[in-house]
Amino acid sequence: MEQTSRNFLGNAHTALGDEARAERRDLLALFQPIMRQSAVDDFAAHEATRAHVKKVRQHTLDNLAYYLARYEEQATHNGNHVHFARDAAQMNSIVLDICQRHDAQRIAKGKSMVTEETGLNEHLARAGLDVRETDLGEYIVQQAGETPSHIVGPALHKSADEIRELFLEKHDLGERDLLETSDMVAEARQVLREHFLTADVGIIGANALIAENGYSMLVTNEGNGDLCANLPSVLIVCATIDRILPRAEDATAMLRLLVRSATGQPQTCYTSFYSGPRRAPDPDGPLETHIVLLDNERSDILDSGYREILACIRCGACLTHCPIYAGVGGHAYGSVYSGPMGSVLTPLLTSLEESAALPNACTSCGRCAEICPADIPLPDLLRDLRSEEREQRLSPLRWRFGLKMHAWLAAQPALYRLLTGLGIRALHRLARGRGRFRRLPLAGGWSSQRDFPAPQQKTFMQLYRERDRHDG
Amino acid sequence: MSERSAAQGKASGRPLVALFATCLVDLFRPSVGFASLTLLQRAGCEVVVPPEQTCCGQPAYNNGDRAAIIALAKQTIAMLEPADYVVIPSGSCAGMLSEHYPRLFDGEWHDRALAVASKTFELTSFLRDIAPLPTPEKLHPPSGKVAYHDSCAGLREMQVREQPRALLKSTCGVEVVELQQRDVCCGFGGTFCAKMPEISAKMADDKLKDAASTGATILTGGDLGCLMSLAGRAQRTGQNLEMRHVAELLVGDQDTPPVGGAD
Repeated sequence: MEQTSRNFLGNAHTALGDEARAERRDLLALFQPIMRQSAVDDFAAHEATRAHVKKVRQHTLDNLAYYLARYEEQATHNGNHVHFARDAAQMNSIVLDICQRHDAQRIAKGKSMVTEETGLNEHLARAGLDVRETDLGEYIVQQAGETPSHIVGPALHKSADEIRELFLEKHDLGERDLLETSDMVAEARQVLREHFLTADVGIIGANALIAENGYSMLVTNEGNGDLCANLPSVLIVCATIDRILPRAEDATAMLRLLVRSATGQPQTCYTSFYSGPRRAPDPDGPLETHIVLLDNERSDILDSGYREILACIRCGACLTHCPIYAGVGGHAYGSVYSGPMGSVLTPLLTSLEESAALPNACTSCGRCAEICPADIPLPDLLRDLRSEEREQRLSPLRWRFGLKMHAWLAAQPALYRLLTGLGIRALHRLARGRGRFRRLPLAGGWSSQRDFPAPQQKTFMQLYRERDRHDG
Repeated sequence: MSERSAAQGKASGRPLVALFATCLVDLFRPSVGFASLTLLQRAGCEVVVPPEQTCCGQPAYNNGDRAAIIALAKQTIAMLEPADYVVIPSGSCAGMLSEHYPRLFDGEWHDRALAVASKTFELTSFLRDIAPLPTPEKLHPPSGKVAYHDSCAGLREMQVREQPRALLKSTCGVEVVELQQRDVCCGFGGTFCAKMPEISAKMADDKLKDAASTGATILTGGDLGCLMSLAGRAQRTGQNLEMRHVAELLVGDQDTPPVGGAD
């Protein structure tokens, strides 16, 4: 996708102006946290599991090279072909090569943010392949020519009416009008079933890669992942190197956090473990399986101060709980990943220069860190990115200078007292008893949207000193 | 804080509390500072107001300029060390001292920052959990329903949740009416509201709408920054809701105009 993070404020302005969608976002922001909370409340071991998984993830990241090698060895032993891709372009070309080697025309694709990151669909389409997304949300977004607005619920930004219009436009429906939501689901299922049955290659993502047995784990609510994995004769699993976990029990422990945090369910409808190609006695399954492991900056992130973001399990809860995400929606971020985790990841995967607005789209309210199942200190990482933004002189000079001057002045109490005393008295007089300002020089950002409360007559420190002196 | 005032406090046998008023209270709303002072004295504390206090340094820190606030943080830590407790009428600034100052330093200053952090409290949690505020006579309750805005740092960094509500009940007989989304940010976020004013205003509008739907006529809270931002937005959009700091309500100060109100 074309990144438009540079225009975050413009994108946000447009999003805020779309009242119907803003209302939908408000509703989701109200209900999704309630659903998550209720799922977490019903799971007594949530905090203990969170702490355990955090330890396991840290250990895995500390020993990533070891576990990657172990995974590769086990997966190869199971009959998989394991490929490593340094960057997006390499992953795309590995996948295209496999498809072309099999003369593939039709691709059935499961939901995968990694392939969104690499722009795989466009790459395959340019080579003439018919790639169809099979997760309902992804399918809708693909039909609309859009990108996912949420890493778990790609089409949450669309209303049922919008989806109906889309299907009426794109599908050959004859007399059918798809009045009920269930009619729309049935229609999508029908179209996708045919695609599954005729696809030459299936491509899916992975929620975890298990080093001890070389399996990959995938959760879906629609079962489309299993159809992608089992019906076509060739399966390609696309994942990043940070999905590795040492043992199967680590993957299932992570799963208990993932699903509750993502959708508020105790368990998804389908949880699958893929070992490799069909073995001699197996009645079905793919004949050939590939696993493409993407680095795309992860090794660098691992060695940086931002390594904790690699523990992200992609549940999307930080998006759902972020009031800024709720306000402007995922597309405003102009990047593959949005919300707090996206605002950390995007500058690291692309460049801080083109995405500097994102780490600033944060009030440090801490709600994301509070609910993050991986316990990632997102506001701290965002603050660190703002620090880099300042060091690279990407933030406006008047901000950098103004804040430094303020901090310097605050470290000179006598001078601070003198200047603030004079300033506050002047400001109070300027307000002429109205108690507020409609406009205030140097506070344009504030006063564009709100009045500025005027100060009381003098500063607290002046008044306190006067009183102290008076009391003797 | 001078040696003399520290010695005075110690001599009285009462806990010596350093009141850190915060820059916003200092500059914009001294009435909150005086209300805090009165409350702490009522709770039996010997209160000093260290004259070197200015700002905790959040604006530069939150914008990623750690280096700029090192001198300021050292000055603040050194000034607060002699006190038994540091009390701040703001969850956000208390969080800065408690959670963030120790991260600025290694070695000796890290230990000194931790020592100050461990005795730093947000005002209402101090008056509830550490030095209980006696309730000799019930104050006149404010007319109209009162809603409480939980500020994010108070909630998540200083564990302030029930304390202000309990104090409002015991001191002024106020039963706080609750917002539907208590734990959602109001959009102030320090410099955030100036950097992204439109998004910030949307968040403020949501908070104001939530408050209005409770039927409250007063919105109180423990952080002046949030209240100033919300008051400014309410005034701009013509919403009639009075903002007052919780310390003012707890001393029964109903004469001071609300935040942003005419003199």
